[in-house]
Amino acid sequence: MSRVSGRDRPQISLLFDPKVRSVIYQAVLLGLVGLVVYAAASNAIDNLARAKIASGFAFWNHTAGFEISQTLIAYSSQSSTYGRAFWVGLLNTLLVAGLGIAFATIIGFIVGIARLSSNWLVARLAGFYVESVRILPLLLQLLFWYNAVLKALPELRDSVVLPFGGYLNNRGLFLPRLDVAPGFDLVLAALVIAGIGAVALRLFSRVHQRRTGRRLPVVTVTLVLILTIPALVFLAAGAPVTVRYPQVGRFNISGGIEILPEFVALLVGLSIYTAAFIAEVVRAGIVAVSRGQMEAAQALGLRRGLALRLVVIPQAMRVIIPPLTNQYLNLTKNSSLAVAIGYPDFVQIFTGTVLNQTGQAIEVVALTMAVYLTISLGTSFLLNLYNARVALVER
Amino acid sequence: MSHSTVSGGARGGGIGAFVRDERAPALPAPAATIGGFGWLRANLFSTPFNALLTLATVALALLIIPPLVRFLIIDAVWEGADRDACLVSEARPVVGACWAFARDRLAYFVYGSFPIPERWRVDVFFVFLALSIIWILRIDAPRRDLAAWNFFVVLPSVSIVLLSGAKLIGLAPVDTTLWGGVLVTIVVASVGIVVSLPLGVLLALGRRSTMPAVRLVCTLFIEIVRGVPLITVLFMASVMLPLFVPPVWTPDKLIRALVGIALFASAYMAEVVRAGLQAVARGQYEAAAAVGLGYWQLMRFIVLPQALRVTIPNIVNSYIALFKDTTLVFIVGIFDLLKTIEVARADPQWATPVTSTTGYAIAAIFYLTFCYMMTRYAMRVERRLGVGLGR
Repeated sequence: MSRVSGRDRPQISLLFDPKVRSVIYQAVLLGLVGLVVYAAASNAIDNLARAKIASGFAFWNHTAGFEISQTLIAYSSQSSTYGRAFWVGLLNTLLVAGLGIAFATIIGFIVGIARLSSNWLVARLAGFYVESVRILPLLLQLLFWYNAVLKALPELRDSVVLPFGGYLNNRGLFLPRLDVAPGFDLVLAALVIAGIGAVALRLFSRVHQRRTGRRLPVVTVTLVLILTIPALVFLAAGAPVTVRYPQVGRFNISGGIEILPEFVALLVGLSIYTAAFIAEVVRAGIVAVSRGQMEAAQALGLRRGLALRLVVIPQAMRVIIPPLTNQYLNLTKNSSLAVAIGYPDFVQIFTGTVLNQTGQAIEVVALTMAVYLTISLGTSFLLNLYNARVALVER
Repeated sequence: MSHSTVSGGARGGGIGAFVRDERAPALPAPAATIGGFGWLRANLFSTPFNALLTLATVALALLIIPPLVRFLIIDAVWEGADRDACLVSEARPVVGACWAFARDRLAYFVYGSFPIPERWRVDVFFVFLALSIIWILRIDAPRRDLAAWNFFVVLPSVSIVLLSGAKLIGLAPVDTTLWGGVLVTIVVASVGIVVSLPLGVLLALGRRSTMPAVRLVCTLFIEIVRGVPLITVLFMASVMLPLFVPPVWTPDKLIRALVGIALFASAYMAEVVRAGLQAVARGQYEAAAAVGLGYWQLMRFIVLPQALRVTIPNIVNSYIALFKDTTLVFIVGIFDLLKTIEVARADPQWATPVTSTTGYAIAAIFYLTFCYMMTRYAMRVERRLGVGLGR
């Protein structure tokens, strides 16, 4: 009884078996990584013990004892903890990032479309803006806005008087503050009702269009609903808002909203810088939609505006959204440059001051990274959900 | 004659008919569509809205450009010994950029506090670096095979010896705390550039590996570094690195920042290279395997040359980003160009209302020049590749 097949496999060293090799390689790599981590950890324990620095997160509940120049939630240097400072910093970062994203998106879309304008001058100017802003380091731009522009503003005494009772000087921007009176709830309620009405109208118009083929003027009616109903209620309730204007004293300005120059510089710098990148993203997205799409839409009888809204923009958005999200993330990460101009953002407060005061580098840096990773991964998760929805459906 | 009379049966009746058989001379195009006027009309004033836009743009340009030119050139102060030259006085009611300040502090901007008698070493480094870059980038340079060795091995080792000094060959040691200005900016950028490409290639290969452990380690590294801001990486390098090594080894400040920059740049480079790797067709791998090449041979001779070739413009773009990012070392206390400018502009000897803007203008010119050159290079490569690949 013999085997029909040919000779046995030639005897070769196990070392040349790809499977064995791969196991060895991986074992070596993991071993090396483990060794590095172990050495780092044991060194860190020694060094920390020598420097008498505690480890663990007990510092979270210790009193912080330092001032923060901008706090969105209640905070006092005497009684608030490091944990509270963490949240103050995080909220400041989110505030500047959120506003920056809004401004950068608006400027970016305008400039991106302007670069494709048939107007030679407009296209050139937009191109010049994009090229020159993208090529200069963001840190340089921030320092310029802060030190050369905002710090060069007049002193308190010679404040620039803005319309509607605002002041601008080298201590920041001072705007009137709106204080709501009791009747304001009614206005909010009216706004909510108008919003519900708008959504209902939209649903009805869809059904209506499916049945009759006619479109209702949804956009106009929605605008009218949302603007007029709350405005009428506002007037009927006797304008339940008091405006507090900032008062210029001898040494400071009281009342009103104070916006730090650091915040303004950071917001302006981030918005202008990121807008240049967004402009390129938008331009690429629009160029990526082939001409035939527009022509076909017009051949079907869609007016130009409808063709843009229903045919071109949805396809362009498919190309625009992923890199746009990337730019939003970049803006959020870049807001950490606040350190350089002294805006109390998350990194400045937590990775800067808290780290210096407690000396607990490992815990603080690990928490910092965790925060940014959560933001990044959370955003990419949402992006993936969106992508799955708009992706081309192929057979 | 241009007209002829046709007669005969074809038209019937024998009546002469008039047929033109030559082209009439073309009329000139309407005056409104040709020449400068026509161009203006087509490109700037085609619709009322466009005309409005044009006027607004012109107004904006008038608002920006003349004051800028006046500040940088016409009203600028070119000579002077100290701040008095750049202050508003009766002789000079309007003061523009204070270039006298720039001239006075130029050496500081270039060398930082590098000892004056040793500054020739920095000059030699600059020249060597420039020549190495030209050698590796010029297509028609001789012995380009050696250029890469020179750039990635000879240049770094010679530069370290040259700049930090070696008693053995009679070069006095210069502490890195004395380095500054353009020197540090260039050193940080070069280290980032030299380290990030090889490390990025390894990480990218690791991320595409079939071995799960290798893939996991590389992916984790890339994603964590890319997910956090550069500042936190620099903070980590400057605060945590000393914790992780025995006290004797504690690296100096500059080296810590260099480690941070190099790791950060590598993670981004890895993603750029990975995109290039994905552009190499599967058949290439299979063909290479069929002729019996092992993994490293396959990568070295078949895949990487093709992958890196198509991705050169992206590599250059990430180098531009890296070059701009080097400014962040300023935050962890390294004296790069931006930091020297910050120090110089706050110096009472030159502190005037225009000093800050002048300092930032110098930095802007420096970064504009370098980044612009890199952009031009990327565009040229892109064009050459476009031709070479026949697309």
